[in-house]
Amino acid sequence: MKFAVIQFPGSNCDQDCLAALRGLSGVEAEYVWHKETSLRGWDAIVLPGGFSYGDYLRCGAIARFSPIMRAVMDEARSGKLVIGVCNGFQILCEAGLLPGALVRNRSLHFVCDMVTTRVEAADSPFTRGMPVGTLLRLPVAHGEGCYYADAATLRELNERQQVLLRYCDEKGCVTPTANPNGSVENIAGICNRERNVFGLMPHPDRACEERLGSSDGARIFESMLRSLATDRAAA
Amino acid sequence: MSTVTSSPQPLDPPITSELIAKHGLTPDEFERIKKILGRAPNFTELGIFSVMWSEHCSYKNSRKELKKFPTSGPNILVRAGEENAGVVDIGDGWAVAFKIESHNHPSAIEPFQGAATGVGGIIRDIFTMGARPEFLLNSLRFGPITGEGKNVTANRRLFTGVIAGIAHYGNCIGVPTIGGEIYFDESFEGNPLVNVFCLGVLQHEQLARGAARGVGNPVFYVGAETGRDGLAGAAFASRELTEESREDRPAVQVGDPFKEKLLLEACLELLATDAVAGIQDMGAAGLTCSTCETASRGGTGVEIDLAKVPKRETGMTPYETLLSESQERMLIIAHRGKEDVVRRIFDKWDVPCAEIGRVTDDGMMRVLNNGSIAAEIPAKPLADEAPLYSREARKPTTDYTDEDLLREISASSAKSVVESLRRLLRDPSIASKNWVYRQYDHMVRTGTVVRPGSDAAVFHLRAANKFLAATTDCNSLYCRLDPREGGRIAVAEAARNLTCSGAVPLAVTDNLNFGNPYKPENFWQLREAVEGLAEACRAFATPVIGGNVSLYNESPAGVVDPTPTVAMVGLIEREEWITTQFFKAAGDVVILLGDFGDEMGGTHFLKVIHGRKAGRPPRLDFERELALQKALRELIQAGQVQSAHDCSEGGLAVALAEACFHPAGLLGAEIDLSGAGGLRLDQILFNESQSRVVISTVPTSADGVMGLLKERGVPAQRLGRVGGDALAITVGEEKLRWPIREIFDDWFHSIGAIVRES
Repeated sequence: MKFAVIQFPGSNCDQDCLAALRGLSGVEAEYVWHKETSLRGWDAIVLPGGFSYGDYLRCGAIARFSPIMRAVMDEARSGKLVIGVCNGFQILCEAGLLPGALVRNRSLHFVCDMVTTRVEAADSPFTRGMPVGTLLRLPVAHGEGCYYADAATLRELNERQQVLLRYCDEKGCVTPTANPNGSVENIAGICNRERNVFGLMPHPDRACEERLGSSDGARIFESMLRSLATDRAAA
Repeated sequence: MSTVTSSPQPLDPPITSELIAKHGLTPDEFERIKKILGRAPNFTELGIFSVMWSEHCSYKNSRKELKKFPTSGPNILVRAGEENAGVVDIGDGWAVAFKIESHNHPSAIEPFQGAATGVGGIIRDIFTMGARPEFLLNSLRFGPITGEGKNVTANRRLFTGVIAGIAHYGNCIGVPTIGGEIYFDESFEGNPLVNVFCLGVLQHEQLARGAARGVGNPVFYVGAETGRDGLAGAAFASRELTEESREDRPAVQVGDPFKEKLLLEACLELLATDAVAGIQDMGAAGLTCSTCETASRGGTGVEIDLAKVPKRETGMTPYETLLSESQERMLIIAHRGKEDVVRRIFDKWDVPCAEIGRVTDDGMMRVLNNGSIAAEIPAKPLADEAPLYSREARKPTTDYTDEDLLREISASSAKSVVESLRRLLRDPSIASKNWVYRQYDHMVRTGTVVRPGSDAAVFHLRAANKFLAATTDCNSLYCRLDPREGGRIAVAEAARNLTCSGAVPLAVTDNLNFGNPYKPENFWQLREAVEGLAEACRAFATPVIGGNVSLYNESPAGVVDPTPTVAMVGLIEREEWITTQFFKAAGDVVILLGDFGDEMGGTHFLKVIHGRKAGRPPRLDFERELALQKALRELIQAGQVQSAHDCSEGGLAVALAEACFHPAGLLGAEIDLSGAGGLRLDQILFNESQSRVVISTVPTSADGVMGLLKERGVPAQRLGRVGGDALAITVGEEKLRWPIREIFDDWFHSIGAIVRES
């Protein structure tokens, strides 16, 4: 399967994503420069973390206008798998591919730590094979990762089971102290209504090797691989 | 005197003795300048000499001392002083470039930008070598943040500002900050120490040189536009901080990590081609320093035209353009005919790029401005022939012995030592730094195998598939009381920390932070500390591959405690040798490598509990230390060591408590120190005698470990077992007990609570 890792100026997890993906069997991964205009021929698209364009305006607000983003939007609408990690999640929200917004952490500080998240829905291409309640240990590193959406959007996200990951404690309880950034309802990651676009603040790319303290992140990428394989078999 | 060939610019002030003094040049130095030029300098040239001959750029008061360091070794590929950073071979065709540098003065005036640009500067030093920056460490010192009052508020502002600045720059550019040290002491009030370290990895053949080679080759300016920020920052950093220093705020630069990220990627992409003949970053003294240094190293001349330099302000004079310390800029000497390669790559990254001159054969640094010559100086004398001084040194008159101190301070009761350990664990210098490192992205680049909080950070260099351990160390209090011994101990402790993590020490970069060298006591401290460092670096076979000297660290309140920060890097040959300081399993046997010790001078216990910064600091015996480290590595490599933690500030009691604080789950320990016999309780628990490491081992290995240590002549004491929900220490009749959760909370939350209450 071919994964495109988009490089925006200021992306700084592009190399980590590429290394993590290339570490999985059955994956070809390459960079795609933000000035490109087409993503035809790729099976999945990764928007990596970082500080695109320095994030001097709102996070992701400028990257959203990069030439490549038109192609990302077209491919997303056509059903291709798109995953946005950290800054990638912020860009997906700014681009309107995911609802809600990511605002300054409640603590007003950047937070880098290993956290526990709980899988909230198993029927997405990103959580396939992970029953609801599965715990994933993943690193977070962000200053603006506090997820916010209005009440109507939240209701819809919950009704349609678009929340894929919530921050929880080591036992799987969703508590305020387990929330690293003040996200509403401990939301760590959501997908779109069509379930092919996924944004999350934690870094699966930083949790693909036991030596780094967790390989749970690989389960998300492997889930994508399985989904792609199934689709391909069906086609 | 011959005629002035370079034209004075309109509005240039006349060169008067006041103007010369204002540029920090002595009348003798001015005479020397005239001799070099064969005439009097114009205003621009005076400015150029002023920054190049500042302490910051020329090391004129310290260079003679620095020559005492051992600088060569079988692994050393680029030695200290040759380039922007030293380079060490790590095997299989890979090498690492690393360096530490201070940003003390800017951080004192404007903590956020001062610290941020410190990070930016050191990262540039590393990628200038052709190395990809992999991780950062920082060694920080501030005035006390506990208590109340105007000074404490100011100290907290500096502390939180510096942390935020480091986080801002490091997080954005995507280089993880994975370790270092932070201390708090009155002597740093108003003059914090901000020493930042960066390490990068490269293949041998990627090594880039900062030399202007090849007459006729084009000289490119790449990176951010030049503005009026940071004018003559190097000269500013070569003065004491005073009440008026605030007015120097324009000398502090403003950093843009996003621009540097683009510059970094573009430069590394360019260096992977064959287009580059030389490359040099524009740090202190900016365009001036980079042009004359590349010319000097290349044995050539460089001619540049200021009219072609990208600027973000209009009306900048040659003086301003040359002395600006605007950040995120580099000078690149390309091979003739490869100009388009340079332009194409910088265009791709949207980084400004301009051809501003060429390499010449006349050894001159010639600066044109719209056709006229703004400055014309022989490059080599300017870059390399600053006057060197040996200042007067005088030993300060302070002398204490341990015995006197112990007589003055009554012995602690069992009850009071229980409270003393808790106070020590809460003391910000010893307490957990999680409030700080949680704000640093310490996991980007997916190499951080041992995260901040253990004796040394351990990093996996993915491209090279190598494991490195890195640490920074210095006990400023020891150095204040005995700079030579303090210097020796700084190196020994760094090596011990690396050994505890499973590494063999490779090399050192040092940051010498001292006061005004014109004061004989300060110069004596500098000389003694350097000699201590040099002795120890020879003993541990860890050459100094570069570093930085920061003098004039004085505020109106006085001089800082002398701080020769040692950053040391080691190589861990095999992944399974990586060891952390935390106990791993209940039932494991706890063993002390080394003796119980008895030295109380300069201890953290005396400072924190009794308010005394006094006594003779502990003595270091190289032979004992080397034997201990060698034996410990042997045990680790044989798979016999579950955890290893060195005893430093706070002595054995603090080391034992910290070993209990495993991030994945606290573990108590039952310890018996009755064997120490005959000493006071506080002396047993808190002495800081050197060459001691607490290890734990599985029960079945304990006898073998003790046997091997005996064979190697390393004293060792069996202390007890891991387990229980308390740190319980028995000393003869006395039974001391600390519930582990309570002391963990003391230690873990201390700094966060202090910052939040302000």
